[in-house]
Order: sequence, then structure tokens, then C-alpha cells
Amino acid sequence: MTAAADTAPPSRLRRESAIRRIASRPEFGALLGAIVVYAVFTVLGYGGGFLRASGVAGTLQVAAQVGILGATVTLLMIAGEFDLSLGAMAGFTGMFAALSMTQFGLPPVAAVALTFVVALALGGVNGWLVMRTGLPSFIVTLATQLILRGLTIAFTRGLTGLTIVNVSPDNLSSPAMKLFSANLFRIDTGSFNVELLWWIFVVAVASWVLLRTRFGNWIFAVGGSAQAARYVGVPVRRVKIILFMATAASAALWSLIVLGLNGSANVNNGTNKEFEAIITAVVGGALLTGGYGSVLGSALGAFILGATNLGIFYAGINTDWYNAVLGLLLLVAVLVNTFVLRRASGAA
Amino acid sequence: MHLRKMLVGVGLVAVFAGACQSSASPTASGGASGGGAGAGSGKGLDIEVVTHGQSSDPFWSIFVNGTKQAAADTGATVNYSAPSGTTFDINQMNQLIDAAIGKKPAGLVVSIPDAKAEGPHIQNAIKAGIPVISANSGSDVYQSLGILTHVGQNEEIAGEKAGALMKAAGVTNAICINQEVGNAGLDARCKGFATGLGGKSTVLAVQLTDQSGAQQAISGALSADPSINGMMALGPTGAAPALKALQASNNTNIKLATFDLSKDVLDAIKAGTMLFAVDQQQWLQGYLPVNFLVYYHLYGLLPGGGQPILTGPGIVDKTNVDTVIANTGTTR
Repeated sequence: MTAAADTAPPSRLRRESAIRRIASRPEFGALLGAIVVYAVFTVLGYGGGFLRASGVAGTLQVAAQVGILGATVTLLMIAGEFDLSLGAMAGFTGMFAALSMTQFGLPPVAAVALTFVVALALGGVNGWLVMRTGLPSFIVTLATQLILRGLTIAFTRGLTGLTIVNVSPDNLSSPAMKLFSANLFRIDTGSFNVELLWWIFVVAVASWVLLRTRFGNWIFAVGGSAQAARYVGVPVRRVKIILFMATAASAALWSLIVLGLNGSANVNNGTNKEFEAIITAVVGGALLTGGYGSVLGSALGAFILGATNLGIFYAGINTDWYNAVLGLLLLVAVLVNTFVLRRASGAA
Repeated sequence: MHLRKMLVGVGLVAVFAGACQSSASPTASGGASGGGAGAGSGKGLDIEVVTHGQSSDPFWSIFVNGTKQAAADTGATVNYSAPSGTTFDINQMNQLIDAAIGKKPAGLVVSIPDAKAEGPHIQNAIKAGIPVISANSGSDVYQSLGILTHVGQNEEIAGEKAGALMKAAGVTNAICINQEVGNAGLDARCKGFATGLGGKSTVLAVQLTDQSGAQQAISGALSADPSINGMMALGPTGAAPALKALQASNNTNIKLATFDLSKDVLDAIKAGTMLFAVDQQQWLQGYLPVNFLVYYHLYGLLPGGGQPILTGPGIVDKTNVDTVIANTGTTR
């Protein structure tokens, strides 16, 4: 049979063995990829301490931070849209929170709340623009990315003359900021922070919404075919706008975590995060064309990214090769993923 | 030594300032665009400043302050531009240089992170009769390009000084943390550092836009080679994650130093967690070239005799950190 995966009969109409059913889950390829990548760097970086507490904590930190973004981006991609403004949104919201406290003297609780309000509003604008203009979200959010990044730099330099804004220790140790950056526990020099709980929380909620709610069905429906979804009464516009708001909120969450951990906001924070989030979604089994994907898969994708990011340093590989190794590993992960999916769905 | 050279530079400015007061007749060298400018006034003159300064770097804010002060002191109009992107982009910088040439300014100040790529554009400016002074990076290439003079730090000499200081502190195996791959000036710092240190020095490339990632990456490098006992950051944005990684490692044997200043760097020096910072005193790099170009345009004056005017390396350590802190954000 030479037909591609998307012309194969829907999987629900076929009888499948238990193994095939597990293997055809969208996150299965990502699971294999995560095991392979982690094994490779365990071997290469073992002497360097990749498996020691600090290495594990570092891997999980990188994974958690990008994973928070990946979870919401996965939902958005399943609905058939991109948000390229995500990284700039993270930079903007982080700086907004920092300036709220340092320049406008807001208490941290208010700054944090206002940051989420602003993020949701900006996400709503993204979604509204995409739905209103009918232009591809790729273009619309590319424009808002540039606008947000430019506004971040202009406002920050205009207000402070600086491009890195330090938040006072008092503000940083306030409960509102600790909510995003508190240390949970330490093992040796490895520091495990509350961001891990946020990651689990976001992945759990996103996965539950996608798989267990009516809204989740709508997400798959609008991504499969927006027109068809509209005909059967799915509120396409509302679904997509809410998802754009969700990705913006996750960007705000990311930026508050980073602000709390670093004690400062940098106008360039979050650069390229939009691509990393898309990578985790795709490695996790999401299709760029929409209608298919898995939040759990994206969490595994984030783990692959974290392991690769740090594994290179723990392995002592010359860092000039960093991007090349990263790109190669991601390519392999996606190829393995696609191969497994095709075999499992009987298309190959 | 270098301090003296710097003082010479400052002294020269004072001389110029004095010259402003006298009523010397202007000898306009770049056309009569300064028409009507009275003696001692750069009013009506346009000086274009194009640098590669990454917008996130607090370093460049101080440089810009220097150009602003020069504009206020001379009366000239100073236009500062730098690539708007978030990464170092030589192509965009060349476009900015071309745009600056198009304005036919009385003078052009450029930083030269990549001489090969930028050279032809700078030479277009010179061909168009615009006096050019390079600032910050470009000390090794300005003469061959036909630039009047260079105001900055010789990166390799500064690196050697830093390496020698680290060696004196007992460092034998160091990582040189490069946060801006593609900038030849940073390569020269690492090269000079390796020479001055004499021991083992490995370059570690990190990504600035992800602070947690950069910190974890440096932790990984420290973990991979426990014999590392020195970290040389090439800027405050690289020093911040290095400092965090150092604090997380609980290893008190590792000495940390950086090029260039920031609040975090100064706090760390004061607290004793950072050994020293190499300061190239970039306020002067913004301030001096604008002055030079204004008075070159008005009176044909030019210091340096074709030699670079070094603004650094000045070393900031525990002994002088308080003075520097008192002027942070404005001139330091």
C-alpha cells in the first residue's frame, strides 16, 4: 500500500493488537526518542556528572521551562495555528512584571496578577487578529513578535536607560514571586524548584482539557478542518482565541519563573523560545498541519530538548558544535517518531 | 600604564574644550555643512554613530550616555544606531552604515566587530569624504581601512592582563565563556587571556537569551572537568549565569572574573565572589570620538598621531569598586 498516513482509514475503524495500539499513540515515538537521547548522553556525559543530582536537576529545569510553553503550543498547533510571538511575549511580560515592581512600585502580588492579565489580553489580540484577518497565524504572530520585542526594548530603555532590570531582593523573596521560583529541595548541588510542579500542572491540565473535555474535542475538530467544524457548530473563533490566550499565559508563567530565578528581566529573554516550543510539540507527535498531537508527547519532547541541551556540556563536547548536535538529534528524533507512527498506523 | 594613556585622552578633551573657548576660525574639512557654526560650537553638525551593540547589553547604555554627553558638550547632533535584532547581525549593521553615509554627516563613529564584512562599507564613507573614527572594536584593523584613529581597548592586550591576573590568583585551568560567537573582539580577548594565563584555557560558547540554560550549561562544563579553577566571562551577560553556576557548585576554588561592568558584577566584586572586572571604560568610547570628530571638522584637530587611543583595560577590584559603584549607570 503506497498511500500516505493521512489517506489511511481512520484508526478507530481498524482492529488493532495491544502493542500496535500503544505504538500508534502519538507520544510513543517521543518516548523512544527520549530514551535513546538520554541513553546517549548518559554514556557520553557519565564521567562529567550528567547523572549526578546537579545534572538531573539541570536537565529537568531546562525541560520544565520549555515544557510549560510546549504544552500550550501543542494545543494551539493541534488547532492548526502557530504562535511565533511566544518568545517575545515572554520577554515582554517578564519585563512588564519587573518594571511594574521597580518603576511603578506595585507590590509583587499586583505585578504578577497584572502580568497575567496583560498576557491574556495580548494573546487575545493575537487570536482576534488571526481570526479577523483570516491571514495565516504564521504571518500575524511573526508581526506581533517583532512589535512586542521592539516595544520591550523601547519601553525598557526609555524608562530606565537599561536593558536588564534588576528586581529588589525584597520583591524576589515575596510569596507572590516565590510561587514561581521557590526551591523545593536540594540534593547535593542539584536544586529542584517549583517550576517542576508548574510543568506537571500545565501538562496535566492541558492534557485533561484535550482528552477529557468538550473543548478538547473542539480543538481537534478545528485543527482537522475549521470549515467542517464550523458547520457542525463548533465555535471556531472562540476556540482559537482562547488557545492564543493560553499560549500567552504560559509565556507569562515562563517569564515569571525566569524572573524569580534570575532576579532580573532582560529585554532579550525568551528569544527563540517559540521555535523550541514548536520543536517539543513536533517531537511529541504533533502535526504541523494540525488536527493531531499529544500534550504528553510534548512533555517528552521538552525532556529530549533538556537532555540534549545539557548533555552536550556534560559530555565535554566542544561547544562550537552545539547547534549542529542539537539540530541533528532533533532531526533523528523526528524521523524516528514519524517512522514509528507510520509503522504503527500500518501506512508504511 | 593604561590609566596614563586614558588620562592623556581625557586631557586632550580638556585641551579641545579650551580650544572651544578661543575664537579660532573653523577649517571645515568635510564640506561646509557646519555653515554658521560659531567658534566653539558644534551646532548644526551631525555625527553618526553606528555600533554592533546588542540591545540587551547594559554595557552599551553607558556608551550611549557618553555620546549624549558629547552632544551636550559640543552642541552637535548625535545619531546613535545599532542593529535592532536580538542577535549580533553584521549585515544589518552594514545597512546602518550605508544609511549613515547617505545622511552626509560631519563625521562617522563605527565599531568594527567584523572588518572583512564591514570594511568596504566603511571605505565608502571615507571615499565620500566623511571622517571616520572607530570605537570599541576594531583596534587591529582601523589603520589598514584608512580610519583616522581608534578609541577603545586593545582586546588582546586586555585579555593578556586578565590572564596574568588570574594566573597570579592561582588559576591553572580556565574556561573562557563566549556569549557572542561571531565577534572577533571576543575571540581576541580569549586568545590574549590564554596567553596571559599560560595554563589551560578552553572556550565555552553559551546562549545569552536563555539565562537558566546558560547557567546549567556552565554547571555542566564545570562538572565535566573538575580541575577547572577559573572562569573568564567576556561580558556581564555571560558573567551573570557564570556567577549563578559558581554559587550552585559550592566550589570555592573556582575564581571568576569578567570583562566589562554591570551592577551584578560590581556587587559580586564587593561581596568577594568575583575576583575582578576588566573595564574598557566605554563611556569614553562614546564620548571621545564624537568630540574628536566635531573638532576635527571645525579645526582640523586630531589626537593620537595615528596610534589608537586606549580607554582600557582598567581593572575594577575590591580596592576601587566603591568609586565605580557610585557612578554606575551613568559613566561606569
